[in-house]
Amino acid sequence: MTTGEPLIVLDKVNKYFGPLHVLQDVDLTVDRGEVVVVIGPSGSGKSTLCRAINRLEPINSGTITFDGRELPAEGKALAKLRSEVGMVFQSFNLFAHKTILENVMLGPVKVRKEKASVVRERAMKLLDRVGIGNQADKYPAQLSGGQQQRVAIARALAMEPKALLFDEPTSALDPEMVGEVLDVMTSLAREGMTMVVVTHEMGFARHAANRVVFMADGQLVEQDTPDAFFGNPKSDRAKDFLSKILTH
Amino acid sequence: MDVFSDPANFDEYTTGFLWILKLTAAGGFAAFVLGVVLAAMRVSPVPVLRGFGAAWVNLFRNTPLTLIIFFCYFGLYTNLGLVLSDELELNNFWLGVVGLAVYTAAFVCEAIRSGINTVDAGQAEAARAIGMTFFQNLRIVILPQAGRAVVAPLGSILIALCKNATIVGTIGLAESSNAMKNLINFNGDQVIPIFLVFAGTFAVVLIPTGYGFGWLANRLAVKR
Repeated sequence: MTTGEPLIVLDKVNKYFGPLHVLQDVDLTVDRGEVVVVIGPSGSGKSTLCRAINRLEPINSGTITFDGRELPAEGKALAKLRSEVGMVFQSFNLFAHKTILENVMLGPVKVRKEKASVVRERAMKLLDRVGIGNQADKYPAQLSGGQQQRVAIARALAMEPKALLFDEPTSALDPEMVGEVLDVMTSLAREGMTMVVVTHEMGFARHAANRVVFMADGQLVEQDTPDAFFGNPKSDRAKDFLSKILTH
Repeated sequence: MDVFSDPANFDEYTTGFLWILKLTAAGGFAAFVLGVVLAAMRVSPVPVLRGFGAAWVNLFRNTPLTLIIFFCYFGLYTNLGLVLSDELELNNFWLGVVGLAVYTAAFVCEAIRSGINTVDAGQAEAARAIGMTFFQNLRIVILPQAGRAVVAPLGSILIALCKNATIVGTIGLAESSNAMKNLINFNGDQVIPIFLVFAGTFAVVLIPTGYGFGWLANRLAVKR
C-alpha cells in the first residue's frame, strides 16, 4: 500500500565505526505506508541503517530526511523527531522499574504532555490489541520475551508515530514466541503503517513486505518486491545468501 | 567515669557530638545534591560539562580533607574575606560544611556514576527513542534505577562523612575531637574512659546507620 509519497529518504549515507566502513553511500527511500524489510548477513550494516533513521547512530556523511525535514542534531528538535518515529529493539528495552501500563503511558504523558486519563484509555486499548491487557499491572521481568516485545510495540504505537522501526524484533525470542510478535507486525503492515523492519524472518518478508532490501558489507546491494527478490535474485551476493538460508 | 558526672564536662561532650551530627546533616545534604549534579555532568553529552565534572572529582578526591578544610578557613575566610555567619563559631561551622560538601560530593558523584553504569544501555536508548530529553531520561529512567544500586555505597560515604566531620575541629569548632582533647587535658588520669565514651558514641550511631542502609539496599534491589 505505497503512496509514492516519500517519508524517509537516505541520500549517500556513510558511517564508520573506527576504520570499519559500515554504511557505504547508502541511498534508500521509504514511502508513506510502505513496509520495507531489510535483510542480509550479520555485520552487513542493517541494524546500523535502522538506528541511523532516528539518529541513535549518528552518521558521518550524507543526509537523512524524515517527513520533509533533515534530521536535527542533538537537542529538543531531535527529541521531537524521535517522538514521531517508533522504535522496537531486539532486546525489548522495556523500562524495568515501571509496570507494563506505565511503560506504554510514559511517552505520551511525559514527552507529549497528554492527560494521563486520556492516555490510560488509549494505552489499555493498545495493550488489548497486542493481547496483554490482562497483564497491565505486572513488571516487564514477569512477562515472557514475546509478551515483552508486544508491549514494546504497544509502547511505540502509543506515541502515534508516523513510522515504526524494527531492529531484529524477533531475534532474541524463543522460537514458539516469534509467531505472536510477527502476527502483530503483520496486522500493522496491513493497516498501512510505514515500517522499516530489519529481520531474519524470511516468511514475514515474503508475505508482509512491499519491498525487500538486501544489504551486504555496508552496501545496499539489491532491492525489489518480495516475489521478484526471492524468486529471481539478480546479484550473486543475494543468490549466495538465499541459497544458504533457504535450503534448510 | 567521674569526668562525665561534672555537668560542664558532660555538656562539652554532648555539644561536641551535636556539632558532628549537624556537620554530617548539612554536609551530607549539600554533598548529595552537588554529587548528583556532578554525576549528571559526567554522563552528559556536552564535553565541557563532562570535563568540569571529571576535573572536580580528580581535584577534590585526591586532596587530603584537612587541606581542604584549612583552605576554607585560611583561603576563603581569612584571605578572601568570605563570611558565612557573623557569629564566629557558626562561621567556622559553615566553612566546615563547605569543605566537607565539596570533598564528599566527589565521592557521591563517583558512586552515582557507577550506579548509572549498572543500568542497561538499552534503557537509555529506549527513552531516547520515545523522544525524552537528556534530563527526562536521567530523571525518569536512569537515576531511579541507578539509585537502587547506589544506596549501599552512599551509606558508606555518609558514615565516612560523619567521622571526617571531626576534622572541622582543626579550624576551631568545639566538635567531638576537640571536646575529647579538652577533657583529656584536664583529666589526664581518665584517658581510657574518655576515649571509650567518645568512640562508643560514634559506634552507637554509625553501626545502625550502616545496617539501615544495607536493609534499604536489599529492599530496593531491582528484580532482574
